[in-house]
Amino acid sequence: MTAELVRGQNHPLTTSRLEIRVSAGGPVVVAAALGGPDGRVPGPEHVVHPGAPRVPGVTVAGTAEAGRVGVELDALPEAVHRISVLLALPPDGRGPARFGAAAAPFLALAGAAGEEIAGFTVTGLDAETALVALELYRRRGAWRVRAVGQGYADGLPALFRDLGLEAAAELAALVAAAAASPAADFVLAPPRPSHRGAGGGRHTAAGERPEEPPEDRAAHRALAPAAPRAAGGTRVDYRHPARHTPPPPPVPAPPPAAPAAGDGAPAGPVAGDASGWTPEERLYNQVWGMFEDLARSAAAYRSAVGFAESRLERELDAHLADPATRVGPAADAARAAARARRDGLVDRARAVLDRDLAQLTAEAEVVEHALPPAFARWDSPVWHGYQAPLETPLALRLGDLHLPERRGLRIPMLVRLPLERGLWVDCGRATGSGTGRADPAELRRLAMDCAVAHAARLLAVHPVGDYSVHVIDPAGSAGAALAPLLECGALSRPPAAGAQGVATVLTELTRRVDLVQMAVRSGAADALPPDIDTAEQLLIVNDFPHGFDDRAVNRLRYLADEGPSVGVHLMMVADREDARGFGPLLDPLWRSLLRVTPVPDDHLADPWVHHAWTYEPSLAPAGSDVVRRVLWQVGQARRAYGR
Amino acid sequence: MSVNLSKGQGVSLQKADGGSLSAVRMGLGWKSAPRRGLFRSRTKEIDLDASAVLYADGQPIDDVWFNHLVSNDGSVRHTGDNLVGGAGTGGDDETILVDLERVPVHIDQIVFTVNSFSGQTFAEVSNAFCRLIDDTTGQELARYTLDGGGPYTAQIMAKVHRVGAGWQMTALGLPSNGRTIQDLYPVIATVL
Repeated sequence: MTAELVRGQNHPLTTSRLEIRVSAGGPVVVAAALGGPDGRVPGPEHVVHPGAPRVPGVTVAGTAEAGRVGVELDALPEAVHRISVLLALPPDGRGPARFGAAAAPFLALAGAAGEEIAGFTVTGLDAETALVALELYRRRGAWRVRAVGQGYADGLPALFRDLGLEAAAELAALVAAAAASPAADFVLAPPRPSHRGAGGGRHTAAGERPEEPPEDRAAHRALAPAAPRAAGGTRVDYRHPARHTPPPPPVPAPPPAAPAAGDGAPAGPVAGDASGWTPEERLYNQVWGMFEDLARSAAAYRSAVGFAESRLERELDAHLADPATRVGPAADAARAAARARRDGLVDRARAVLDRDLAQLTAEAEVVEHALPPAFARWDSPVWHGYQAPLETPLALRLGDLHLPERRGLRIPMLVRLPLERGLWVDCGRATGSGTGRADPAELRRLAMDCAVAHAARLLAVHPVGDYSVHVIDPAGSAGAALAPLLECGALSRPPAAGAQGVATVLTELTRRVDLVQMAVRSGAADALPPDIDTAEQLLIVNDFPHGFDDRAVNRLRYLADEGPSVGVHLMMVADREDARGFGPLLDPLWRSLLRVTPVPDDHLADPWVHHAWTYEPSLAPAGSDVVRRVLWQVGQARRAYGR
Repeated sequence: MSVNLSKGQGVSLQKADGGSLSAVRMGLGWKSAPRRGLFRSRTKEIDLDASAVLYADGQPIDDVWFNHLVSNDGSVRHTGDNLVGGAGTGGDDETILVDLERVPVHIDQIVFTVNSFSGQTFAEVSNAFCRLIDDTTGQELARYTLDGGGPYTAQIMAKVHRVGAGWQMTALGLPSNGRTIQDLYPVIATVL
């Protein structure tokens, strides 16, 4: 069975003879370094590279077609505890100047009989020119493989230095020289289009224009999935869909030496450490597991502290109740003892909580970097490598959740797609103990920015043409916030204005809900009129209830109730106070929507112990144009599809 | 290898190598009522329920039973209600898992109980037993045979309490009456 590894994940090895086949979007030098128990490579003779392609147990070979590392685990010396598989770009300019300029390298781990054990696509690379792709390591007598993907912008010298080699620069020069010599044939040529691996189709384009500026490349990537339909099927994306989304940045992966300490000790947290059929589902389950663990750890702590306080109170009361013990040094001592008991219990509870929080923080750190775009923060590097997806993701990140015990520990708030209930971005006064922002105009602006960020994310994570967004902006007050959506062409038509516009949009969506419901009930989905857009629809309503008459309000309530099951979703940007004139008529509407806020606010409860969690919306960092850039790519892809 | 404890007997939950127990499991099993007539739905089903109560300094803090399957801190988990019993061949029909390392610091006793929700007394139930198991090794720490236990509908089975840094188990085996765990609080208070 083949395991698709994500960065940081490990996998047991059962056979001792292994072959690691490497394919990349251009020529690549393959090497391996043999480390000792402490993870350090003792000397240059322990590096297997094109100039020295063979040591006991490890061989490195390559032809123009495929590079490979052969490993015989049983033949390795006892002292070898770790084999790092290294990739580097040849410095002579035969290939791309950095890994980010070509298709992501793919490594397939196979057994002696050729059966595939695991695969790993090293995604998220940018300026790196050398990287540690995989590690085979000994753990309690058994060998395992770990997907590392640690890149080095400074190339092999920096990589070798990190492995503990003293003459790193000289060795790197030696490897480069050996790689450049015509006799050596280990530099990989780009794989053939039929070759399984890093996008058989895309390397062609990357090879033709190796010096593409990043913007062009980004646009090209966004277009790539469109190619099968748009360009007559010459560029087919062979990648496994599950490998399409993954991760992360070359940023703070642990230095190669660090995991060495883990051998024999409990392993550190690993992304995707949960059950599930796909890496995405594993990450989703892991995030929810962390959410529950944090809720329960905090419950244990709060319960202990609450008990300590009530016991202190009881004991102080008991001393006061008895006149004989009420005053005097004995009474003071008793009170001090009671307080000490309280402090002792609180300290112990805090110690347990700190232990749990430290573990969860470490896990959150690892998981955050492995999240695919739908789950990632806007400042995550995955958005820089964004390309239009081929599949709807499992869930969507609406923001972060945290508890007052540890504000820095943020749990991604993931909701399943398609959305089961509409969203309500509340621009009213924060009801919880969140920051009471005074300026209502500022809140409204922030709320609309939030709504656009959510809508942009929804558009970006759905396959091209599977999601369309409508906007009702009766007074035209949200023009500035909506600009990114309008510019990129992601909206099928301009925002509806005025009572007439409101009525038109609502009528049209109501008709769609009715027809799709009818078609679903009678099992006649192909009998829908051709003008019905079968994509999921998102309706953003700003300035509610401005421009809404009773009839429009009823239509809106109908959409909120019936829409989600047939793919029509609502996002209200509203202050409940504004609609007070409608009385209790609208209470069911507000209750049916998932309320989120534009500013941090503690109004969300977890399903296990009902703590109040502070929600913080997922927004692009100040000054970043990532939302605009992603939307632009979405618009490009849509145009390529003609949608 | 089952240890049949007599009432009030204490067992320290120390392992042979000196480490204390990290996880215990309470198992409850009984034989379902014989099928009556043509229609299974007319059978007078026997519904026994296993529950656990967490105490701090004599005060109930949290309980785990069929309506609240996980303690708020997550350390005690009930695997789910069984309404009819099993084959009566010694398998557990209801299980409560306790992760002693995760029990909050202020909890000093955990009491395990059995109730007959459908009202039959233990005299009417066959092959009923409850037991405590060291969840890391599967070794049985204590076992009670409930059937023939007289005209009672509840039993306070055992308590696990802190001693020093570890935990100790004391067998209680106290018969009582009650439909759910809530009915037993006054009786439990006498054995804390």
